[in-house]
Amino acid sequence: MVTIEKIWKFLEEVADPEIPVLSIIDLGVVRDVALNDNQCLVTITPTYSGCPAMKYIENQIIELLEMKGVTNVQVKHVLSPAWTTDWISESGRKKLLEYGIAPPVDEVDKSILFADAPKVACPKCGSESTRMISLFGSTACKAQYQCKDCLEPFDYFKCLK
Amino acid sequence: MNKELFEYVIRIADDSLILGQRLSEWCGHGPILEEDIALTNIALDLIGQATNLFEYASQIEGGDRNADQLAFLRFDREYRNLLLVEQPNGDFGDTLMRQFLFDAFRKPFFERLIACTDLQISGIAEKSLKETKYHLKHSSEWVIRLGDGTEESHNRIQNSLDSLWRYTDELFFENQVDAVLLDDFNFPKLSEIKEDWLKNVELVLDEATLAVPDNNWQFKGGREGLHSEHLGKILAEMQFMQRAYPNMEW
Repeated sequence: MVTIEKIWKFLEEVADPEIPVLSIIDLGVVRDVALNDNQCLVTITPTYSGCPAMKYIENQIIELLEMKGVTNVQVKHVLSPAWTTDWISESGRKKLLEYGIAPPVDEVDKSILFADAPKVACPKCGSESTRMISLFGSTACKAQYQCKDCLEPFDYFKCLK
Repeated sequence: MNKELFEYVIRIADDSLILGQRLSEWCGHGPILEEDIALTNIALDLIGQATNLFEYASQIEGGDRNADQLAFLRFDREYRNLLLVEQPNGDFGDTLMRQFLFDAFRKPFFERLIACTDLQISGIAEKSLKETKYHLKHSSEWVIRLGDGTEESHNRIQNSLDSLWRYTDELFFENQVDAVLLDDFNFPKLSEIKEDWLKNVELVLDEATLAVPDNNWQFKGGREGLHSEHLGKILAEMQFMQRAYPNMEW
């Protein structure tokens, strides 16, 4: 018997295409799973408005669940409440760090100008002496940093609140 | 269908679409790699916002045209974007000044739009606001860096400001559409946003050692479909694929 709990478990196998070390559950983009009358409805929300991965994630969800024997899978997209980095799970944060991407840290509201850039520890050597190179990085959700001690450039998963 | 509501959504969508298209012209041409990536990232956010808005506009219209058809198959007079966002990229300073003047408007606009009674629009505003804060931070920092930089960078970005200032009154332009919708939907009063905008713009320009232009000559027309010559050219490029290969999908 397929249960809602099982479906949540199955969805842990769907990886984010741009950060494959994270599942869509770790990332917090799955907002709801509902089952009724042989229909399975999975609700997802994008990280950023222009996230190009949404269609791909939708297809992956349908493909995986059908492989697991769940029939009539529908994927619904919602925008509100808007995704926030607070929804990235603890295990997701750990996985990011191990993968070499600094996980989001609480930071001051970015609308405040002239504030110091958030202190982001280097995922390679752990030094807090790092500098921001650019607010924008390889994907919409990342910024570029460099460690001043080991000189390693790295991605920072920027805080979105 | 609610014609005014459709037009209201199309306005916001067109601003995002046209500026997103403009910024994507920088792809592969940024002055440094990080800025090439930054400008195209911002373009992606804007095109994403436009997609959400066009999809909603399509629903309001009753599904006669889908989001792609709204974006790519209208004529220039049917676009409702601001004249500011269709202005050519110019040099890097021109682009960042245009972005700054727009971002400084978009942030208080979305902040107030969240409180509107249309849940779809409120949701899009909530999502877009988070992105806009990053855009504004980025463009403000560049305005300050260039303005308070070398004599050359200062003079050039002062020129950018002087030539773009004449498109800023239009940010707060209201017409019949607003009059009909404001109370029912609790949409933002643009005249109230103007105070916020000016305060923040002056704060940054002051830090950037730039002077607020004192010319009072202002252009308008975008919200009513009357555009500068630049829109036609950008549409020609943007619409080529859909017109050459009707109904193509990516």
